[in-house]
Amino acid sequence: MLVGHQPKEFLLAVEALTVSFDGFKAVNDLSFYVDENEIRVIIGPNGAGKTTVLDLICGKTKATSGSIQFRGKELTRMRENEIVKVGVGRKFQNPSIYDDLTVFENLEISFPRGRSVFGALTFTRDAAVRDRVHEVAEMIFLKDKLNMSADLLSHGQKQWLEIGMLLIQDPDLLMLDEPVAGMSVSERAKTAELLNRIIKNRSVLVIEHDMKFVEDIAHKVTVLHQGQILSEGTMEKVQNDPKVIEVYLGH
Amino acid sequence: MTDNRFFNRSELIGILALAVFLVVVLPLTLDVFRLNLVAKYLTYAFVALGLVICWGYGGILSLGQGVFFGLGGYCMAMFLKLEASSVENTKIQSTPGIPDFMDWNQITALPFFWKPFHSLTFTIAAIVLVPGIFALIIGTAMFKRRVGGTYFAIITQAVAAILTILIVGQQGYTGGINGMTDLRTLKGWDIRPDHAKIVLYFFEVGCLFVCIMVAQFVRHSKLGRILVAMREKEDRVRFSGYSVANFKIFAFCIAAVFAAIGGAMFALNVGFMSPSFVGIVPSIEMVIYTAVGGRLSILGAVYGTLLVNFAKTSLSETFPELWLFGLGGLFIAVVLAFPNGLAGIWGDYVQPRIDRLISSRKPKPEGWTDSSVADGAPAE
Repeated sequence: MLVGHQPKEFLLAVEALTVSFDGFKAVNDLSFYVDENEIRVIIGPNGAGKTTVLDLICGKTKATSGSIQFRGKELTRMRENEIVKVGVGRKFQNPSIYDDLTVFENLEISFPRGRSVFGALTFTRDAAVRDRVHEVAEMIFLKDKLNMSADLLSHGQKQWLEIGMLLIQDPDLLMLDEPVAGMSVSERAKTAELLNRIIKNRSVLVIEHDMKFVEDIAHKVTVLHQGQILSEGTMEKVQNDPKVIEVYLGH
Repeated sequence: MTDNRFFNRSELIGILALAVFLVVVLPLTLDVFRLNLVAKYLTYAFVALGLVICWGYGGILSLGQGVFFGLGGYCMAMFLKLEASSVENTKIQSTPGIPDFMDWNQITALPFFWKPFHSLTFTIAAIVLVPGIFALIIGTAMFKRRVGGTYFAIITQAVAAILTILIVGQQGYTGGINGMTDLRTLKGWDIRPDHAKIVLYFFEVGCLFVCIMVAQFVRHSKLGRILVAMREKEDRVRFSGYSVANFKIFAFCIAAVFAAIGGAMFALNVGFMSPSFVGIVPSIEMVIYTAVGGRLSILGAVYGTLLVNFAKTSLSETFPELWLFGLGGLFIAVVLAFPNGLAGIWGDYVQPRIDRLISSRKPKPEGWTDSSVADGAPAE
């Protein structure tokens, strides 16, 4: 299947990806492809290996075997910060922001400039930085909170802030791990609106349990079960797949 | 916001207050003996300053800063010792022209690594580079492998122990447990009389302020904010595209260089250097100075160092046995009750009262309200 067929048209090509933790294969011979500007949602029961797949792509976990190609570059051999530089951004399951810094500073750190030690020392907060921070802050509904310490934000606002930090990073592939978990109904609606706005001109890989939310945003759904693909396709197709109903949606 | 890369308004006031205290108040009120004591204490303030960046901001606890203090101090002491060991001064030795302790240990020629220390330029470069490069090596070995937290602290302790053993063991090259004593002149200028002590005190205070400015610059740069970010969420920083290890190495190196400058000042002001400033106990004491001053406060580090050392001197004279327990108790008390040390107490209790007093005074001084509001607002 691989020979003589280089999937150039894909943004992300995951092939035969396997990771084993002391013999337990959390992800087992997994292959899938993400197109440019596609929104792919990964669903599956607990322990299916969803978060592990994101960990593998962003370099947090090293693959045992297999390959992850992003725009033709092999990610499995790169360091985390290099993977970020080629254009992959990751949002964690629990909001991962800097509580001791202000909202502005949180966003500023994610601005893709001055990432070396010397660059960070000489970094200046010029108009370009300020404008971009304000622009993103407006998108993530935190325009009035720029000078607030981030630990004073609500859970939902922290989630938005982390999404904002990724936005400012401007990745070509955005990976979101349960972006609406723990949110109120109104926050959830706002987040869906936010996601629909930010997915333009980039591909998004989302892990989510909320089926209503998945239906709203997904172009294509991948169902994982025990580290392998159980089913893949449109939401409609997946929802009607008897295997999926049995292990996941049936409950 | 005052768009200065070094300080904002309230910090400027603090720095000026410290300058007045060190440059005017202390020299006018203390005799030369006490002033020289302050000079000795201030050498530790350099270490504490480095620890504010490394530990306070970066969250990297090093329990081996004595290593760098010692390396800087020994570099300086080697130069001074060579100058004091001229052929003329040492003609009663079996090998004249080498340091006395070498002669006592049957060494008949100056070892090769001592030779460059005839040059002051080389010595000054070595004071900064030797500890800097050593910290770079330790930092690279540890942080690239993601060794951190307690493990890193333990390893720095081990390094401190190893270096002490090495210095004590290699008596002929280092002066052993007694260290390098009887340092006399710097380029022919006698460093022992009272007027020299005063000049050296002011020189040291000058160097301290240069280091304070460097620390302020680092703190106000984006690098300072990345250090804070790293302390909290290392992974997030990594996945924002930064090499966390490089930033930790930088913080560790800058702390090492500050400590080394302090060590060199120690050799100059106190007139000797010995392994008792290198090992585990002095290294931990230096962390206590930082903790007492407030590990997030650059100026607090200076005050904390002075306070603990004055207490140490006066209490150890009165209760020589109990002093160490007192120091340990102080450390525990500060960590439990005032995790931000003196600076925290100042910021939480004293500063607000002063602000209230000033703002209740009528009429308000022109321009004060605007800038105090701007200062109060988080940086933008």
